Amino acid sequence: MAHIIRPYGDTMDDGKVQLSFSLPVPAGSRALEAARRIALAWGFHEAEVVHMAPMSDEFTFFVVYAATQHGIDWDTVEGDRDDSEKPMTMDEINAFIRAHIGRKVVVVGACTGFDAHTVGIDAIMNMKGYNHHYGLERYEMIEAHNLGAQVPNETLIDYAEAHNADAILVSQVVTQKNSHVHNLTEFIELLEAKGERGRFICIAGGPRISNKLAAKIGFDAGFGHGTYAEDVATFIVKKMVQEGRK
Amino acid sequence: MVTNKLNLPKEKIDRARELAKNICAPVLDFIDAHTTVTVERATLRLLGTDGVSTEGAPVPNLVVDALRDRLGEGAAVWYANALVQTGLEQGELDRRIAEGFNIATLPMGDRQKAKELAAALARRQFSHIDANRAYRESKLEEFKGRSHSPLLYLIVATGNIYEDVKQAQAAALAGADVIAVIRTTAQSLLDYVPYGPTTEGFGGTYATQENFRIMRQALDEIMEREQRYIYQTNYASGLCMPEIAAMGALERLDMMLNDSMYGILFRDINMYRTFVDQRFSRMINAYSGIIINTGEDNYLTTSDAFEKAYTVLASQFLNERFAYAAGLKPWQMGLGHAFEMDPSIENGILYELAQAQMAREIFPEHPLKYMPPTKHMSGDIFKGLVMDNMFNFVSKATGQGIHLLGMLTEAIHTPFMMDRHIAVETALYVMNGIESIMDEIEFRPDGLIVRRAHEVLDRTVRFMEEVERIGLMESIEKAMFADISRSRTGGKGFEGIVEKGEGYFNPVESMLERSLGLA
Repeated sequence: MAHIIRPYGDTMDDGKVQLSFSLPVPAGSRALEAARRIALAWGFHEAEVVHMAPMSDEFTFFVVYAATQHGIDWDTVEGDRDDSEKPMTMDEINAFIRAHIGRKVVVVGACTGFDAHTVGIDAIMNMKGYNHHYGLERYEMIEAHNLGAQVPNETLIDYAEAHNADAILVSQVVTQKNSHVHNLTEFIELLEAKGERGRFICIAGGPRISNKLAAKIGFDAGFGHGTYAEDVATFIVKKMVQEGRK
Repeated sequence: MVTNKLNLPKEKIDRARELAKNICAPVLDFIDAHTTVTVERATLRLLGTDGVSTEGAPVPNLVVDALRDRLGEGAAVWYANALVQTGLEQGELDRRIAEGFNIATLPMGDRQKAKELAAALARRQFSHIDANRAYRESKLEEFKGRSHSPLLYLIVATGNIYEDVKQAQAAALAGADVIAVIRTTAQSLLDYVPYGPTTEGFGGTYATQENFRIMRQALDEIMEREQRYIYQTNYASGLCMPEIAAMGALERLDMMLNDSMYGILFRDINMYRTFVDQRFSRMINAYSGIIINTGEDNYLTTSDAFEKAYTVLASQFLNERFAYAAGLKPWQMGLGHAFEMDPSIENGILYELAQAQMAREIFPEHPLKYMPPTKHMSGDIFKGLVMDNMFNFVSKATGQGIHLLGMLTEAIHTPFMMDRHIAVETALYVMNGIESIMDEIEFRPDGLIVRRAHEVLDRTVRFMEEVERIGLMESIEKAMFADISRSRTGGKGFEGIVEKGEGYFNPVESMLERSLGLA
């Protein structure tokens, strides 16, 4: 028996949605009608333009409330990762490493290519971490190296090799023209060309990085918005033990 | 306009300024004795040198690269010498250089004649800059009283200058007073300025002289239509600060990002190189009547905004001192700060208010540039919109000068036209609604806001005393600024520094120093 879900306004299955968008037309009665009709073309059976404002002579902004009958079967939906897998705490991770790995885990990370947006990698790696979740530098049993911004892929790989890293964190924030996909792909290709892909646990991170995208490109995992150091560390140490990496 | 609401002790503020003087003095001594490849290239540009080779190498780069071993004398005399020896028109000489002609192969003829020619060429460009400045001033006068206060600053950044123009015009029509074109991500690290109009970039559009001209023309059209001055802004940051300043002067830009330490800390550009470059570029900005903006917001994206607020104030004092040393006047010093505290902090907005009011009182004539939340913005655009409007409130309530409008989609993508529209509409609502608030509110003398401002000022003075004791370069090495350590000889561009020789000649530098009263 399918479990169909629809958007919820204030009544189950009312299918109500709030939209805002612009159209490249001058504001007026015709624009109003255009906005309504385009919403209907998107699968809404009802649409009401509640706000219209000119942004210039040629562009107009709209707020629309619309209702749809379309739904999806909740039972068929698979998440990007397994939510039931809670991350360990910093202390638990340190204990886990002592018990099962027996030496410090080496993690190297950077923002690669031309990307200079280090807020994310810093949140995961720096001592202070983010929002009271300490970064990997703070972990007694982790040796963390944050190479910072604009690090070429080759440099990151060389550094990881030189320091016998267990895991490499590649941070990509800029996504214009899919630069993140290009950079991440190049990273994996460089590793593979050197025959080194199997040597490291490779993790991609960034606000637009999903586990699925990362896996598709060839990474072991991808972490996006809301990730803390313990999420990444838990993944690394569990995978190391799973794969017998010592 | 600025009243004394915080009762900040004058002696402490004076002490901070004295410390800034002491901290910057040895750096200024170094600057005086050195030039760089980009200073020399900017000098050539202000002699009218232009053009590019088929591979995209700008003529100033070709000349400076050819003269590498002689840059201690200054590039100007050798370039002018080439004109004298060949008898060519400047445009023709530049064309030949672009095709491969190496002026370094020409022996020095009459050096005095070459110097005089160089000075004459510089005077021609300077009178062009003078005309630009006069035009700006006449338009500011004509449209007096029609700009917003604070000035509303919007960013466009599509990568394609022709798209940028459309978005910029829409933004200006929506109410923006200042339009800035964010540069493509990699440009800071280029040791040359790309040439011509560009239609591709990552996260922004290349700063080129032609792109400046195209945008200027588009904004002038809107200016006439709206009868309101539209300020054009770009970014000097990186390895070519003096050249971008020169281009800005020639194309009548109004504002320029020009921070004395940004390149060092955030782009890993060599510190000596940045210090020399920033001084020359700021002199050009000063002469052309441009307002500089500084980048203190960057301190708060790497460090905690509540705890490290004192680094912002310290940086403002240093940027101010370096600005004075380059001939800038307070009205040209758009010192930066930002609203970046963790939104979960109790009374966080009041602490932001304290910080903004403090900056206003310490820098009364300066068009302070206030920047919106970024670090704590998220995909929750509705909360983001509210954070931006709290920022708008604080900005208006403390009389900030230049107000960089926050975008509700800051954490998601470069702004859609509708994101800008929403930002402007909501800001205008808030600012209009509290138009006279500065004259209306006072603060409790023993309250949270006043106490916070005093604490930050105290902490700043202690920090600056430490920097004075250790030295600025060493303090940077010790990661005292933004928790980032940079080594003295590390970073990009170090090899581009040249010690000035005995007979160093730079007519542009001389003219700038004379006009700015720095000689």
